[in-house]
Amino acid sequence: MISITNIEKGFSGKPVIEGVSAEFETGKCNLIIGASGSGKTVLMKCLVGLITPNQGQIYYDGESFTSMNDDQKKIMRRKIGMLFQGSALFDSMTVEQNIMFPLDMFSNKTRGEKLKRVAEVLDRVNLSEAHKKFPAEISGGMKKRVGIARAIVLNPQYLFCDEPNSGLDPQTSLVIDKLIREITTEFNITTVINTHDMNSVMEIGDRILYMFQGKKEWEGTNKEIIFSKNEKLNSFIFASEFLQDAKDMRMLEMKGKIDNNRDMDDLLSR
Amino acid sequence: MNIFSRFGEFLLMLKGMFTKPEQLRMYWKELMHQCVELGIGSLGIVAIISVFIGAVSTVQTAYQFVSPIIPRSVIAQIVRDSVILEFAPTITCIVLAGVVGSKISSELGNMRVSEQIDALEIMGINTKAYLVMPKILAALITVPLLVIIAMVLGIWGGRFVGDLTGILPHEIYDRGLLESFVPYNVTFALAKAYTFAFIITAIPAYFGYNVKGGALEIGRASTTAVVTSCVIILLADYVLAAVLL
Repeated sequence: MISITNIEKGFSGKPVIEGVSAEFETGKCNLIIGASGSGKTVLMKCLVGLITPNQGQIYYDGESFTSMNDDQKKIMRRKIGMLFQGSALFDSMTVEQNIMFPLDMFSNKTRGEKLKRVAEVLDRVNLSEAHKKFPAEISGGMKKRVGIARAIVLNPQYLFCDEPNSGLDPQTSLVIDKLIREITTEFNITTVINTHDMNSVMEIGDRILYMFQGKKEWEGTNKEIIFSKNEKLNSFIFASEFLQDAKDMRMLEMKGKIDNNRDMDDLLSR
Repeated sequence: MNIFSRFGEFLLMLKGMFTKPEQLRMYWKELMHQCVELGIGSLGIVAIISVFIGAVSTVQTAYQFVSPIIPRSVIAQIVRDSVILEFAPTITCIVLAGVVGSKISSELGNMRVSEQIDALEIMGINTKAYLVMPKILAALITVPLLVIIAMVLGIWGGRFVGDLTGILPHEIYDRGLLESFVPYNVTFALAKAYTFAFIITAIPAYFGYNVKGGALEIGRASTTAVVTSCVIILLADYVLAAVLL
């Protein structure tokens, strides 16, 4: 479990995150959602130590990450895997070399063992055929999957995903979401996902933290979010009229005012 | 950010390079890779420049030596000393500042912008040690060797052109090369080569490593890195000449 207390961060005197406290549970997909500029990415960078918060504490299973020195942080980071928004694959390396890189750096396994492990994780993300390809030769969805494979190759305890669905079509987004969900439960990882994709929120949002202008505005699950009375959250998740209509219809269904087994084709043909 | 903050940041980057390598074998591999990239990759351009510099020096020196009382072998001495003292180390390194400097700066800048440096940091790798240190070490190994090659080729270029144009037969040129030779000049040239090797890698690495923004900023960082490296090379050239000669 990762817990954060009263995290604050600002740049050039301008606050970006103000007093955010939360807990991210193990074996669950913990989502941080919010509009662009709400401080999601800065919060995630604080969590992994790429940015040092001005104030507040970050605990990884009770160990204070913020109090660690650089060497201790380096050791802790070996338990962390991260999928970046742009995948951040090394351009000059093949898919296989990209995934093998953390193994080359931090394990004393033989080359054969490393290749076996690479094949395992590539198989896990359904990319068994892409070993020898370079990042420039594969699609955006495949890059994300390679990024996930690289993030999990050292069996991390914590997985961070920054906008895993950005730039992907809805179908591929679902594949990535499903994969992250499966890996989280299969390996009992604490997964923190930064997103503004509402499909992801509904599909995999075990715990959701909504940020608004650098502050924690709402916290709950994907079952609770739909019926939340928080106005700021509602205006974020139901930004389109279509989604608002869908929500209203769902509410009417639940209240029994309309038939939830209605035949839409039949209704439209009338 | 003012010049003092930048200099402080530069020193902190250098300080940050000195940590225990996570895996020595990977650092060695990266060092060898950089030696090939910086050394062998620059061999062609260094060879072409050196031969032409030597050739032009011979022609221009001969053109200026009109007095019949000065022995013609002096032309070879002047070409030798100019090539060893100035042309081979300084001109070669200024050209390398463009070739190698822009490459280092844009490579690191691109890695920064595409979050590859962040990805390495997350893995627990000291990126300053893994990405910057091998480049500086590789330059310290290969640039002096390139400068020695440049000296040889520059002197040979002068000899070849002297013979080809009939300005200076190679027998006289060879005799001139052996007259009044000061071995310290080579030591001085190598001192310059080591200094410039550090400048042409550390400065572009600093600008590339600290890029913020996108493609436009990478381009700007490359230009700034090359210009700054060239200016500092010229400054260091003067300081070394004043101190060591």
